[in-house]
Amino acid sequence: MPVEVKLPQLGESVYEGTIGRWLKRPGEWVEQYEPLVEVITDKVNVEMPSPWKGRLVQILVEEGRTVPAGTPIALMEVEEGAPQVAPAPEVAGEPSPARPREEARVRLSPLVRRLAAEHGIPEEELTRIPGTGEGGRVTKEDLLRYIEGRRPAPPAPEPRAVEARPAEGDTLVRLSPIRRTIAERMAQSKREIPHAYGIVEVDMTEIVRWREAHKEEWLAREGVNITYTAFIVRAAAEALRAFPIVNSTWTEEGVLLRRSIHIGVGVAIEEGLIVPVIKNAEEKSLLGIARELAELTRKAREGKLTLEEVQGGTFTVTNPGVFGSLLSMPIIVPGQAAILAVDAIVKRPVVRGEAIAIRDMMHLGLSFDHRIFDGAVAVQFLNHIKAKLEGFRADAAAVSSF
Amino acid sequence: MAELRLIDAINRALHEEMERDERVLVLGEDVGRKGGVFGATEGLYDRFGGERVIDTPLAESSIVGVAVGMAANGLLPVAEIQFADFIFPAMNQIVSEAARMRYRSNGAFGCPLVIRAPYGGGVHGALYHSQSVEAFFAHVPGLKVVVPYHPADAKGLLKASIRDPDPVLFFEHKKLYRMVRGEVPEGDYTVPLGRAVVRREGKDLSVFAYGLMLHEALAAAEEVAKEGIDAEVVDLRTLRPLDKETVLSSVRKTNRALIVYEDNGFLGYGAELAAIIAEEAFFDLDAPIMRVTGPEVPAVPYSPPLEHWFMPDSRRIAEAMRRLAQY
Repeated sequence: MPVEVKLPQLGESVYEGTIGRWLKRPGEWVEQYEPLVEVITDKVNVEMPSPWKGRLVQILVEEGRTVPAGTPIALMEVEEGAPQVAPAPEVAGEPSPARPREEARVRLSPLVRRLAAEHGIPEEELTRIPGTGEGGRVTKEDLLRYIEGRRPAPPAPEPRAVEARPAEGDTLVRLSPIRRTIAERMAQSKREIPHAYGIVEVDMTEIVRWREAHKEEWLAREGVNITYTAFIVRAAAEALRAFPIVNSTWTEEGVLLRRSIHIGVGVAIEEGLIVPVIKNAEEKSLLGIARELAELTRKAREGKLTLEEVQGGTFTVTNPGVFGSLLSMPIIVPGQAAILAVDAIVKRPVVRGEAIAIRDMMHLGLSFDHRIFDGAVAVQFLNHIKAKLEGFRADAAAVSSF
Repeated sequence: MAELRLIDAINRALHEEMERDERVLVLGEDVGRKGGVFGATEGLYDRFGGERVIDTPLAESSIVGVAVGMAANGLLPVAEIQFADFIFPAMNQIVSEAARMRYRSNGAFGCPLVIRAPYGGGVHGALYHSQSVEAFFAHVPGLKVVVPYHPADAKGLLKASIRDPDPVLFFEHKKLYRMVRGEVPEGDYTVPLGRAVVRREGKDLSVFAYGLMLHEALAAAEEVAKEGIDAEVVDLRTLRPLDKETVLSSVRKTNRALIVYEDNGFLGYGAELAAIIAEEAFFDLDAPIMRVTGPEVPAVPYSPPLEHWFMPDSRRIAEAMRRLAQY
C-alpha cells in the first residue's frame, strides 16, 4: 500500500521548503537513503534521502513549489513488511546530536497540539510562548492569545508586483529556486522589519600592514589565507557578546536574546548568494575563524554546503567591499536583529593630530531592526568593533591575542 | 405554573398518569395506605383504590417479578423500591428478565416497567439508606436509567418513563425531595429520555453531574464565578441512553471536563463518561479529565463527620474547578 513521503522538518527554524529537482521519476525504484528530491531552504539545496526502499508512485508537489514541513510530497509503494511509519528521515545536516532532547520536548495538551497544527505553528515555536498553566504549560488561552498577537493587525493591502509588459526583444529569465527564495526572504524582511542604519569609519592600516607582511608566511604555515573578513568576524563576535541585544530575534512576546553567537557570512556564488554560518563564533580564535571561513567558502562555491552549515545564524556579516562598494545598506536576514556590512578598504587622506596622513580606511555599516534597539546601541556596537580592529598591534602575539 | 418540590412533582406525575391511562398502577412497600415512606404516592390509594395501588410484602424480588409479569401482560406498572439500597434482591428480575425481554423475544415483547427508588446520601441514612446504585444498572443494555434534578424534569421524565415501552429505572435523590423547588408546568407534558440539559452556560470548563451532585455543582459554579472562573454545568438527567452530543459539544466548547458523582469513584458512572470524552473528544481537551467522587469505602458511613467526609459537596467541587481551570 502506498505511503506518504513527507517534507521533513529541516531544522529548528525552518518551517517550509521549496521542492527543487525531483531526482527520481514516478515508477522508478528507490533504495532507502538514496537521494530522492532536492529541497531548497535557507538559500541552500539539500538532497532529501528516501525514507523507504520502494517504488516512487506519484509526485504530489511539483518542482518550484514551497510547502510547509510535514506536507506529503510524494507517494511510494514500499515493500511488504516495511514499516508503515518510517523514522523521520535524517536530512544531511540536521543538527541531530547537539540538541538536548528534554529542551525540545514540550508537554502539550491534545487541544493545543491540534490548534498549533491548524495554525501552522511548529513545536519549536510553541516552546517560545510563555505558558500560564500549571508548571508553565501552554494553555489554550495562551496559544489563542499568541495567535491573535502574531496576526498582523489591519489587513494590509497585498503588495502587488509591478506589472511588466515584455517589449520586443526582451528575455524572461525564469527564477531559479534559490533566486526565488532570496527574493521572498528579502521582500519579507523589508516588509516586516523597520530597518535603520549606522555607519562608522575604521582605520585598518595596522591590520593591512601586518597582513601584507605576513600573508605568505601565514599561508605556508597554517595552510589557510588570513582574510580581513576573519578579523571582522572575530571582532563582531566579541561585540555581540558585549551587546546581547544585537544578537536577538524579535517576537510578539518580546525580544528573544540568543545565547549562542552564530555568525553567517555572505558568500557570492554563481546562482546568487549563500550564507554559511560560523557556529559559536565567540569561542573561536582568529585562526579558527579563518580556517572555517576558507572551508565554508570552498564548499559554497562547490555547492557542497550542508543544511546545518547554512542555518541557525543569529547575526550576519556581508562583505560587499570585496566588489569595491564604499557604503552599503544590507537587508537584515529575517529572524535576526542586525547585519553588518563590510565595505572596501581604500587609502584615504585623514587627519591625524595636526597632520594629514594616508591611511587604509574602511566603512562598517550596520542595518538593524529598530523595533529591537535604537541608534545609540547600534553605534556603540559598531564602535566596539572599530576599537578592536584599530587596537590591533603588529607584534609577536598579534594574532594569538586578537 | 406552580412552584413545586421534587417530591410533589413526582406525586403529581403519578396522579396524572394513573388518571390518563388505567393500565398504570403502583406497587411497593407502604405505597398504598401510608402513601410511601417519603410521601411520593400520597393520595393515590384514596383516589384509585387498592387494585391499582398495591401494598406489597417486604420482598423486592417479588415486587419487581410481579411487575415484570404485569408489564408482559399489558399493564404499565410503577414499582417502588423503598430505598435503592434494597434493590439488590430484585437484581435478577431486573437484569435477567426485564432488561432482556425485548432482545430475547426478538422484539415481540417489551417490558414497559418503571422502577422508582430513592437513592443517595447526605441524609444521615447510614449503610442501608444512602447508597448510589445507578452504575449497576446503567451498565446493562436494555435498561434505561433516569436521575432527575429539577422538579419540572421529574414530572416530565417520570411521565416519559411510564410511557416508554421498555424498563426504566427512575432514581430520585432523597435529599432533593424537599430541598429543591422549581416551576412545574401544569397539565400533561413529557421530557424526552436521553437528553441532557445545560443548566448553566459557561466557557472555562464543563461540569457533568446529576441528582444531588448537580445541585452542589451549580452552587460551586456560583462560588468560583466570583473568582472569574466561568463553569458550564450540564445536567445529564438520563444516564442511559446518554446524550453524548450534549456532553461532547460542551467539551468542545470549554475544552475541560469535570465529572461529579456521589457513588464510589472506581468504575462509577462517570468513569464511562470520562472514557467517552477521552475517546471522542481527545483533540478538544486542554487538560486531563477530572473527577470528584465518593471515596473508596463500601458504603456511606453513619457518623456525621465520616458522612461529611464521604459526600462530595460544593466546596470540594469548587476546589476541583479551580485546579482544572488553572491547569
